[in-house]
Amino acid sequence: MSSRLRYAYYPGCSALGTSKEYDSSTRAVCEALGMELVEIPDWSCCGSSPAHTVDHRLSCALAGRNLALAELMEDVSAILTPCPSCLTNLKTASAKLKKPEFAAEVNKLLDRPVRATLPVKSVLQAIHEDVGPDAVRPKVFKWLTGLKLAPYYGCIMNRPPELMAFDDHENPVAMDQLMDAVGAETVSFPLKVECCGASYGVARRDIVENLSGKLLDLAALNGAQAMVTACPLCQMNLDLRQDQINAANRTSHRMPVFYFTQLLGLALGLGEKELGMNKLSVSPHPVLAGIESVGTAGKGARQ
Amino acid sequence: MNVISLSSTQDRNFVAQVEKESGQSVSQCYQCGNCTAGCPYTSVYDIPVHQVMRLLQAGQKQTLLSCRSIWLCASCQSCTTRCPNNIDVAHVMDVLRHMARREGHATEYGVKSFVDSFLASVERNGRAFEMGLLVSYILKTGKFWTDVDLAPKMLPKNKLSPFPHKVKNPEAIAKIFERFRQEGHK
Repeated sequence: MSSRLRYAYYPGCSALGTSKEYDSSTRAVCEALGMELVEIPDWSCCGSSPAHTVDHRLSCALAGRNLALAELMEDVSAILTPCPSCLTNLKTASAKLKKPEFAAEVNKLLDRPVRATLPVKSVLQAIHEDVGPDAVRPKVFKWLTGLKLAPYYGCIMNRPPELMAFDDHENPVAMDQLMDAVGAETVSFPLKVECCGASYGVARRDIVENLSGKLLDLAALNGAQAMVTACPLCQMNLDLRQDQINAANRTSHRMPVFYFTQLLGLALGLGEKELGMNKLSVSPHPVLAGIESVGTAGKGARQ
Repeated sequence: MNVISLSSTQDRNFVAQVEKESGQSVSQCYQCGNCTAGCPYTSVYDIPVHQVMRLLQAGQKQTLLSCRSIWLCASCQSCTTRCPNNIDVAHVMDVLRHMARREGHATEYGVKSFVDSFLASVERNGRAFEMGLLVSYILKTGKFWTDVDLAPKMLPKNKLSPFPHKVKNPEAIAKIFERFRQEGHK
């Protein structure tokens, strides 16, 4: 591996809109951890779920265009994306393109043939494996002591395991370990890999209200003050749709739903604006205020 | 209870076609039920996923291509991950949906409209444009109040752009779609 941590960065479409804070906090945290992200020039949509539900060649071509663009970049060790849906599409395309017959079919749809040579990783995997919790710990500026979190990975970050090849597919721990490294506490959360309702929020909101409702209920029941996620769609369902979920299920959750990069950034001393704390729908400020008072004492206790 | 006359409706070509397109061996399923046990969508399915697999073994093409379950599967990979016989069940569901589309079925019209609006947005801009695809979905379905309550939460935070973030050369992506249509489905 190259001694410098330099990656081709694929933000994904939601980074330009609904998950701006995931993108900005990812960029800021990676820089603070010495990881250089170089955005893939003129990247386009990976096709997300809609493309693979229509046709696998179309899906692999849309993802493949981005793989081909990344292959032109100099001195990058992997393609990184914060979004698990983009990750799945890029990884599926990489795996399928290894079959020459299928690759020929996909290349018929593309301007530039794709070779699928670069590894594809999530931002979570790269921070966990290429940097690691032990290297994060000495960089902590403010311990998140007293913050109780329900770690929620979503359905496809680790599944299917043969394809995703990261962490445990039933009980992933990477995000738990990173939160632990910055002093936060993760509560037991057995629905870590259950689906939140995915992209059915628009067409079948009842599904999201039911599935995401269960996640919020369990997080609250197990004593979490907030949830921590690594997926733009999961975060949007749980945070932006929390009022819809409350109305449908007659609950009254006010559970902040952070991206793990926002909390890492906070611990590393980055600014709230850069981390997009003000872009969350459920205000995180009551919970964050709680950390600050405990945080100073915690810092002393840990040193 | 649904009564199915297996002998009169069995289509062996259908089984072979699903196996070819999915690369999965359908006969490997021995109905353990792990897929249904883990499926978060069973409560909204008309046919639970283990029964989809059984009906597939029995070549019940019409029943499967016109069912709602294949449109409601979110590809969460629970079934695939937990299948003891290594059948990529989510992939089979995907292939059934491809076939249903090609044969003009759309039992969950809202889901199909969302998918179509999403891909049209990508074809036009090179990237998904959330506001545009929502408008397109509303025009297709006539559901004018869809998520109108979310706008005040998103607009002040600048999370819902009124304009698409186009790629530099959107024609390059439009050409992928164009060639795909010219090549036709296999």
